[in-house]
Amino acid sequence: MSTTVIDLENGAVAINGRPILRHIDLQVDAGQFVALMGANGSGKSTLVRALTGLHPLASGSLSLFGTPIDSFHDWRRIGFVPQRSGAAGGVPASVWEIVAAGRLTRRRLMRPLGRHDRAAIASALEVVGLGDRAGDSVSALSGGQQQRVLIARALAGEPDLFFLDEPTAGVDLPNQQVLADTLRTLSVRGATIVLVAHELGPMAPLIDRAVVMRDGRVAYDGRPLTDAEVHQPGFGEHPVDPAVAAHLAEGHTHHHPQPSRHDHAPHVVSPLDTPDPRPSEES
Amino acid sequence: MSDLLHLLGLPFMQRALLAAVFTGLAAPAVGTYLVQRRLALMGDGIGHVAVTGVALGLLTGASPTWTAVVVAVLGATVIEVIRERGHANGDVALALLFYGGLAGGVLITGLAGQSGARLQQYLFGAITTISVADVWLTMILAAVVIVICVGLAPQLFAVAQDQEFARVAGLNVRVYNLLVAVLAAVSVTVAMRTVGLLLVSALMVVPVATAQQVTRTFRTTLTAAMAIGTAASLGGLVLSAYASFHARVAPGPTIVLLALAGFMVTWPLGVFLRSRQRLRAPFPAVQPEGHEVTDEHPHEHGPTCGHVAVPHGDHVDYVHDGHRHAPHGTHYDEH
Repeated sequence: MSTTVIDLENGAVAINGRPILRHIDLQVDAGQFVALMGANGSGKSTLVRALTGLHPLASGSLSLFGTPIDSFHDWRRIGFVPQRSGAAGGVPASVWEIVAAGRLTRRRLMRPLGRHDRAAIASALEVVGLGDRAGDSVSALSGGQQQRVLIARALAGEPDLFFLDEPTAGVDLPNQQVLADTLRTLSVRGATIVLVAHELGPMAPLIDRAVVMRDGRVAYDGRPLTDAEVHQPGFGEHPVDPAVAAHLAEGHTHHHPQPSRHDHAPHVVSPLDTPDPRPSEES
Repeated sequence: MSDLLHLLGLPFMQRALLAAVFTGLAAPAVGTYLVQRRLALMGDGIGHVAVTGVALGLLTGASPTWTAVVVAVLGATVIEVIRERGHANGDVALALLFYGGLAGGVLITGLAGQSGARLQQYLFGAITTISVADVWLTMILAAVVIVICVGLAPQLFAVAQDQEFARVAGLNVRVYNLLVAVLAAVSVTVAMRTVGLLLVSALMVVPVATAQQVTRTFRTTLTAAMAIGTAASLGGLVLSAYASFHARVAPGPTIVLLALAGFMVTWPLGVFLRSRQRLRAPFPAVQPEGHEVTDEHPHEHGPTCGHVAVPHGDHVDYVHDGHRHAPHGTHYDEH
């Protein structure tokens, strides 16, 4: 079980020329459950987006399953759960339809769903406990249930590497518990899981390894930390790694994101300008 | 009535009916994806740009339908590029493009020495003057739009629903986005002869808005919108043909007004269905603190008592004057 699934060497990410992540080395072995932690703005979401290829690397090299990201096409092995951005679009969509989108990695163009596709969708819905809501409109679901729908969508593709971006943000405790149970099931099945979390809550016992980000660099990489250790100095009994100590010396680093400045002068002079750098951070 | 049947049997009317059916199917099919992306007015924008295309056709003597297709596709691509760059005020930039298209069209029509009436055929539709070649073009383009919109529905749905997920699923999001823009441009020019460039967006958006009053899934919304679009365009055409014995009634506006009437009828139904769903959503399965029995309760709650029954954990609560009454033995508990 020591095959390296994710291999990022000296990775850097810049958004519109502004360096966001620098000097990131991250190797994740098959079957590991890694928590990416850190304050808002520390770059943990950006790192996940870089690992999934959504942000190109400014420098460094990234391999997934031993294949460089540029020539990687085996997307069916990857399940991505983005930050929930209101699962409902302008047109109603049922829970089943959203989850069925997860099978796209395994479907060919213009072909109907096969029996195996339908079975995978049904079992994904069962795992997250929404089997009885398949026909409902997603907009009728609570926030926590919508988050579970997004996880089921990733599950439906039967991947073996999961990226979850803040799945517990704004989710009540019972729903967090269901999420944790789901992830435990996946982990037991042998999936590799990279979880971005501000606070672990019920997920804490599942974690094999914690990676703490601070200002776009890895501040700590090692045994799991409790939420308290990450966010409050000197709280844990065990002596902590110097890097963590430095991190913790800042005290509670929970910043709320600044609303991006928006002036109301119409920017029509240059409609083709690139947008304002919006480091897609935790909201 | 026999007058109407005679009229419907005339060749120009049969061509118009064919064009109406294909337009009514294709426009809402693309419109569903536009509404899903909250780009309901994109069709309108492309319609304005296509005016320049029509005018270029009038100026050069080429077929206005073809020049409109070309210019509309170019315009849609520019709109998509601006949208992808995601500037917060992109809508203002789009507005510039729209009005540029409309003003350019009117100006070039004048240069071509054509009257406003000629342009008006394209602005408000003139389905009964459609030529055989144009019917063929309309049918072929509409068929292509329908096949792609229905056949690639899973991909187009996923991209419109969640771009980031679609990218990580290995879909080429940019190509699909561009495809939707081009399809929108093509259906704008297809609908141009039916309802006109200024009303084209109505046929793309109104059937979708009507369908989603009562639907819960994407697939039924798409199907229902296509059915409603066909019904509206056929119905509007026949209605205007019937009314033409008494007054001058243009088919384009009739089709749009009929579609809007359909929405006005469905809207209260949608409001009712949504409010009923909200009232009947299960209460959280939390047991109440303590055991509180209701005051004197004169009647028995049941399926016919008229009080809304809402699931609550393993039993049913009846909503009664703002209270929740749960049956417990021979009395009711306050939940």
